[in-house]
Formats: sequence, structure tokens, C-alpha cells
Amino acid sequence: MTTTPPVRDWATDYDIFDPAYIADPFSIWDELRNECPIAHSDRFGGSWLPTRYEDVVAMAHDIEHFSSRSISVVPPGQNEDTQLTAGLPPIGVDPPVHTWSRRLLLPWFSHRAVGQAEPATRELCRSLVDGIVAAGHGDAAAGYAQQIPVRVIAVILGVPQERSDDFTGWVRDVLEFAHDAERRKRGADALIEYFIEEIGKRRENPGDDLISELLRSEVDGEPVPDDHILGTAALTLIAGVDTTWSAIGSSLWHLATHPDDRRRLVEEPDLMPIAIEELLRAYSPVTMARIVASDTEVAGCPMHEGDRVLMNFPAANRDPDAFERADEVIIDRELNRHVAFGVGIHRCAGSNLARMELRVALTEWLERIPEFHIEDPDKVTWAGGQVRGPRNVPVVIP
Amino acid sequence: MKIYVDPDKCQGHNRCYALADTLFDVDDYGLATVVGDGTVPDELVAKAELAIANCPEHAIVLLEP
Repeated sequence: MTTTPPVRDWATDYDIFDPAYIADPFSIWDELRNECPIAHSDRFGGSWLPTRYEDVVAMAHDIEHFSSRSISVVPPGQNEDTQLTAGLPPIGVDPPVHTWSRRLLLPWFSHRAVGQAEPATRELCRSLVDGIVAAGHGDAAAGYAQQIPVRVIAVILGVPQERSDDFTGWVRDVLEFAHDAERRKRGADALIEYFIEEIGKRRENPGDDLISELLRSEVDGEPVPDDHILGTAALTLIAGVDTTWSAIGSSLWHLATHPDDRRRLVEEPDLMPIAIEELLRAYSPVTMARIVASDTEVAGCPMHEGDRVLMNFPAANRDPDAFERADEVIIDRELNRHVAFGVGIHRCAGSNLARMELRVALTEWLERIPEFHIEDPDKVTWAGGQVRGPRNVPVVIP
Repeated sequence: MKIYVDPDKCQGHNRCYALADTLFDVDDYGLATVVGDGTVPDELVAKAELAIANCPEHAIVLLEP
């Protein structure tokens, strides 16, 4: 485990893996927005951290100056990810490759496709809730939220749900422990080796899964290159696991600690779609990165070619200039132009799936467990960095 | 009221469809379009306004108030 010195000054030395940032990034963003809305740090190879909605959205739209060729909040080390020669398309590439690679992926996450995955997701949630109800207590994060998206995405990729613990472990190594170079590389290597093997198997025995479909697809009359399929398969797993599980976990943590919101949702289940958008806004899990493609300036801040910028969607969503009472969860907030799934051409391709999972997971939980509270606040743990969310939320059913 | 979805701005967030599925349609790529010619029945004006206000891309254009 890498240890880093304490942060001296958030405007010039921030560390998004610092325990204080993971525990309460909100007050740090509020302070920065007032004093230094685009912070800089030399840590992890150096990066910029915007905190205002306006700036984050402008940069996400400015694909000319902000490239997606490297999207991890910590730059990859030397000799790392060498087998991902096509990167992680489409999120980790720019047009024109982005355009066609995204088109290959989107139908798998369309409203219609996601609707087809809903019954199985509901069954899964119900069986997990059964176990928690029977025990009278459980971990809303590790025992529920963490178990759902990985199994749903496994079906889409056509990989066995029985390997869910391995998938979860690799994804955590890559995202949650990105600041630990050794652990990150170990997770990435395992994940890549796994998908190389799976792609080979699918070539021999195609199915009706995403990997098989990519193998059948063509671009400009040519088969999609193998390294491209590898990158997209790896991305689909990485992006489909930690992110949604974090959103479900944060939402359940909120409902455990805010009985008024919880009871209102139990009494008014029709409010769920609006409530989900608010929970996504307030607890946006995902921060992506961009690389400055050519020198530019944002809000008077000079950025140079090659600089890394952390697309701080979570902070944008807490900006009081963009949202009334931005620091509060208003469970029936109707005006909510949040950017939890990003904005512009890299809008999360899986956003329909994530919303469905969040809605079904919360609905099924509240239906059977309308009353619950945190067993011991000291046992609640959070992870942060590229994806922020709770890792343990032990709850008791009274 | 009459509305239109700017296809150059729409990025497939599908917020409009979630808020007002009688006014919008979405295709397999997430791209939203208005149902019919975009005329909004009086009883759905509030929903249309909500969709306009929630689109992260400001892609829903008000053609006639």
C-alpha cells in the first residue's frame, strides 16, 4: 500500500485518495469553488481539478482541447496495460474511433435492451434481500449493492456469474487501488488475461453476448480488431461494476441515515425515478480524466499540452451556481440537470442500465425492508478516487 | 407548445424519455426525437417544460411557446 504525505493545501496539493477527501469531498469542493475553482496538484504525475459546473461542462464539450486518450485519474505506469494497444474504446479514445466503437456498444445498453435485463435483475435483488431479511441484518454495500451490477454485466458479456468475486476484485484493484501501482497492475493483468482467453473461446463458440457480437461486427468492411474487442470488453466490466454498485450503496446509506426521505419513498414509490436522479446528483460516484491536447485556458487557468485534468462531475453536481440548495438532498427535486453520467460525446454508455439497476435495487430493498438503520457508524467505510462510494454499510432491521 | 430535439446536441441521456415518454421516443443509440410533429398537448406542457429543464445537453428546443 502506498502512503502519501498529508495534504498541505487543497488548492495546490490535493490528493483525491486522501482519507479526508474520501470522507468529505463536499466541503473541500465548496472551499475550492470560492477560492480556487480549478485546483492543481503535482501528485500522481500532476493534474487539474475543476470544481464548477460551468467549467466541467465546458471542458467535457471541448473535445478538441481535451482528449480522452487517457481517462484514469492516475496515469498508467510504465509497462502497464501494454496489451491494451487499442486503449479502452469508446470511453478512452477520441473521434473518429470513438464514433464507431460507441455505435457498436450503445444498442446493448438501449432502453429496450435494458428492459430485457430488468426481470433477472429484480430476481437477483429479491434473493439478496431474502437473505438479509432472514438474518435481520446485513451489509447494504458489500452484501447487496456490490453483488448486483457485476452479475448483470456478466450476463451481457456472456461470462459466468460464478466468477463475480474475481471480477469485483480486479475492478477494485484497477479503480479503488489505482494509487497502488503494484496492485493496480496485478488487477489489470488478471482482467486482461481473462478476456484474452474469453475472446478466444467466443471465437470458437459464439453466443448471443456482447463479446460474440463484437467478433461478428465489421468496421469499414473489416472485422473489428482483436485489441479493440479486448479494450471494449475490459471497459464494459470495469465501468459496469464499481460505478453502479457505488451509486446503489451511497443511496442506501443515505436512506439509512435519512429516515424522512426513506419513509417518503416507501409511501410514494412513484417518486423513485426523480429520487434516483437526486441521489445520483448528490452522490455522483465517477470522476474521469482528460489529457490536454493543445495549450488552452479555462477560467483564466493556463493548461498545457499533456496535462491531466480530472473531470470532476461529482463537484459540478454540488455547485450552488447550478443547483439550488446544492448541498442538500431534496428527494423530490424536479430541476436537476446533473452530469453524474458525464456530458457530451462520452456520456456514460451504460446510463440506462445503471438507472434500471438503481431503481430496481432500491425498490426491491424498500419493499421488504422499509425500516433499517446503520448498525454502527464507525463500521461504515468509503472508498474514493476514480469512483466514490461506500464499501461497508452494516444495517439492522428493527 | 411545440418542441424539437436538436440531433447535434442530443447525446442519448434519455432524461426526456424518462420524464415524458408520450412526448419523446429514443432509438437503440439513445438518440431522442419528438413524437409526431412535436406539438405538445396542453395537459403535457408541464412535462415538456420539465424535460427541457433537465436535459444535460440543452438539446430540447422550444419552437413555439
